[in-house]
Amino acid sequence: MTGVGTQDSGDQPLLAASAISKRYGSLLANDAIDLAIRPGEIHALLGENGAGKSTLVKILYGLIAPDSGQIIWQGAPLVLSGPAEARHHGIAMVFQHFSLFDTLSVVENVALALPPEPVAALSERVYRVSREYGLDLEPGREVWRLSVGERQRIEIVRCLMQNPKLLILDEPTSVLSPTETSGLFRTLEAIRGEGRSVLYISHKLEEVRVLCRSATVLRHGRKVASCDPSRESAASLARMMVGEDIHDVQVKPHRGDGAERLGVRQLNLASPDPHGTSLVDVSFSVRAGEIVGIAGVAGNGQDELFSALSGEVSSLPETVCIDGQAVGAKGIVARRELGAAFIPEERLGHGAAPGFTLSENVLVSQHGKQGFVRRGVLDRAALRDCLAAIRQRFDVRAGEIDPPARALSGGNLQKFIVGRDIMGAPRLVIVAQPTWGVDAGAAAFLRQSLVDLAEQSGAVLVISQDLDELFELSDRIAVLSRGRLSPALPRGQQTRESIGLMMGEAMREVAHAPHA
Amino acid sequence: MMIFEAILLTIITAATPLLLAAIGEVVVERSGVLNLGVEGMMIMGAATGFAVAILTGSSLLGVMAGLFAGMAMSLLFAALVLGLAANQVASGLALTIFGLGLSGLVGFPFVGAKREAMAHLYLPYLSDLPFFGRVIFGQDPLVYIAFALALAVALIIGRTRAGLVLRAVGENHHSAHALGHNVRQVRLLAILFGGACAGLAGAYLSLVYTPFWTPGMTAGRGWIALAIVVFASWRAGRAVIGAYLFGGVSILQLHAQGFGLGVPAQALAALPYLTTIIVLFALSRLPRGSSRAPACLGQPFLPAR
Repeated sequence: MTGVGTQDSGDQPLLAASAISKRYGSLLANDAIDLAIRPGEIHALLGENGAGKSTLVKILYGLIAPDSGQIIWQGAPLVLSGPAEARHHGIAMVFQHFSLFDTLSVVENVALALPPEPVAALSERVYRVSREYGLDLEPGREVWRLSVGERQRIEIVRCLMQNPKLLILDEPTSVLSPTETSGLFRTLEAIRGEGRSVLYISHKLEEVRVLCRSATVLRHGRKVASCDPSRESAASLARMMVGEDIHDVQVKPHRGDGAERLGVRQLNLASPDPHGTSLVDVSFSVRAGEIVGIAGVAGNGQDELFSALSGEVSSLPETVCIDGQAVGAKGIVARRELGAAFIPEERLGHGAAPGFTLSENVLVSQHGKQGFVRRGVLDRAALRDCLAAIRQRFDVRAGEIDPPARALSGGNLQKFIVGRDIMGAPRLVIVAQPTWGVDAGAAAFLRQSLVDLAEQSGAVLVISQDLDELFELSDRIAVLSRGRLSPALPRGQQTRESIGLMMGEAMREVAHAPHA
Repeated sequence: MMIFEAILLTIITAATPLLLAAIGEVVVERSGVLNLGVEGMMIMGAATGFAVAILTGSSLLGVMAGLFAGMAMSLLFAALVLGLAANQVASGLALTIFGLGLSGLVGFPFVGAKREAMAHLYLPYLSDLPFFGRVIFGQDPLVYIAFALALAVALIIGRTRAGLVLRAVGENHHSAHALGHNVRQVRLLAILFGGACAGLAGAYLSLVYTPFWTPGMTAGRGWIALAIVVFASWRAGRAVIGAYLFGGVSILQLHAQGFGLGVPAQALAALPYLTTIIVLFALSRLPRGSSRAPACLGQPFLPAR
């Protein structure tokens, strides 16, 4: 360290990266990117999926070594040998793909990121800090029992408890409820008030406009603009990211007078997990040509409902009907044969096998389809053709032709998984969090794909925490709260407030349980 | 009464080397490394321990030599799987084959040499108590060390930060790395500890159990130790039960054959393995999380830079 000018004027950046480049094979992920973050600012990093945002922040966090370029930290050059050194300097990061330990408890996951401290005291602190920031956590629970929203809360709380000088957040709000998101924003404002800095990656441009006063925009690995998001509109920000205008999703007025495709009648299902949410008397239907949305805060029975609908968990035969056939006791393949497709929320591990190549992952859900197996032998050429078609139609970007699933960025993997399952125009699609961690352009495209599917008289069920998404897509919306489903009412009869109230009911009922 | 005491004493002697080796392997596997070279490290401990004990006349030096021989073998393994990120299964098998061969070379001059078994503990009055006196208060020191190790490892893994880091590295090495933990260093220490334990187990065989050196004398005990780790579902406490169950069954089947039961000897000899299958089945019925292998077990760690 030179020690020169470290106590300089307030204008000196906390972190200044210059001409950062990183190449993966033929893909130039980062091409001479400059980035400066001043003390006490929330700086947005914007860009489409595959624009190079994740690569850049991994370089700043020391996980990846840049091929060239320099990082200046508090006025002195910094070469990071690994994350340990970045953390030592006060850089903390919340990952897009969780860096949690499934078999360990919440408090153990937090303890691993902090200096040694007695577990009992730490449990108390985790509980207190999580309440303080509106990100409720139960310290003693094991991570594998938790939903993605709850896991995201652990990641954020864990980073906040490190008191970092620079906090990097890679799409932190994509799986948070509106209440959790506003809690997080208050927290980030408080951090900024303490003179600390935040680097914020998000696809929710409205959030960025509210939260950030400076932004760096990346496109195809290059820095294309820097701006003050509060002076821009969401549309102008999106234009900078994509380089062209984003088309609004074209939704036709209420359809849904077709035949019933999915019928759920009095579905009661005890959760196998003692901490899970059991489904109580859930009934609804999805007709051909309509999109039904299910709103709710993570952990209110979404995972259980998805498992029951997909056939991962079986129920009484008549409780789930596809095209009038009782399939409650049947498995996932039998349901697919009736023309259903299932897209789970967890991309790596549930939606795709991380170590398999994309073409092998096509087979994972499409093995029942004709043409992929000939005389008992896999037809690799047919799989690759199918992959090429998915990649072209859904714009899945990656460095290689057929990379392993884990090599894709979150948004590109999501495009692949949704594309894989709706490519063959299924009669019924059940999808959880369809645009989690996907950029604005791609999210609009994926939503349009679902709308188009409904136009072609497919039936679509969307389980999502994103109210904007549900209001944009759904003909009817129901709310899942503590395992009970409200009646699915037409979109026009509901407001964000009425839905938000029903979503929040769960928490208040818990708080007032003795009086109820 | 005498026969029961004799059986109990032989069970303890048979179980102790299994326990020592299994405890070491529990730590190694909890860090996410599968070392199938236990047999090879063990027999090197046996050969070296016996050789040094004969040359110096000291059991203590022999035991220490066995321990370091096991560690040296495990260092070789660590160089392959950590330094070069080689396949762990192949490296472990190679280590076993290498150890069986090298121990024959090291031990060759000492074949047929004889020495007294290591002294047993003797506490006045206590060790003279009928029946339990010799069983509880009259064992060799390594029996007590094995129990102390099992207790210490169980406490460290379950209750301390070092143990938490060890579990984290075995559960998800990428996340542990991202949180700033040194995955390779944790694994190196775990592998060395496993080697030391296996070497100690080997020295126990040649200095207490038999006590002499003969090539191939570990006779598959390293593999049984590996089975005990799975049987114990990667818990040090359960490894004690596993080691004594295996030790007990292997001794009891000898006695059963001696009594001339009308059961084929081969069926009796298969008892430890049948027990394993039954217990593994029972464990698989338990809820997830309580009996699972570390998620990164056997996977080489290669951080993307």
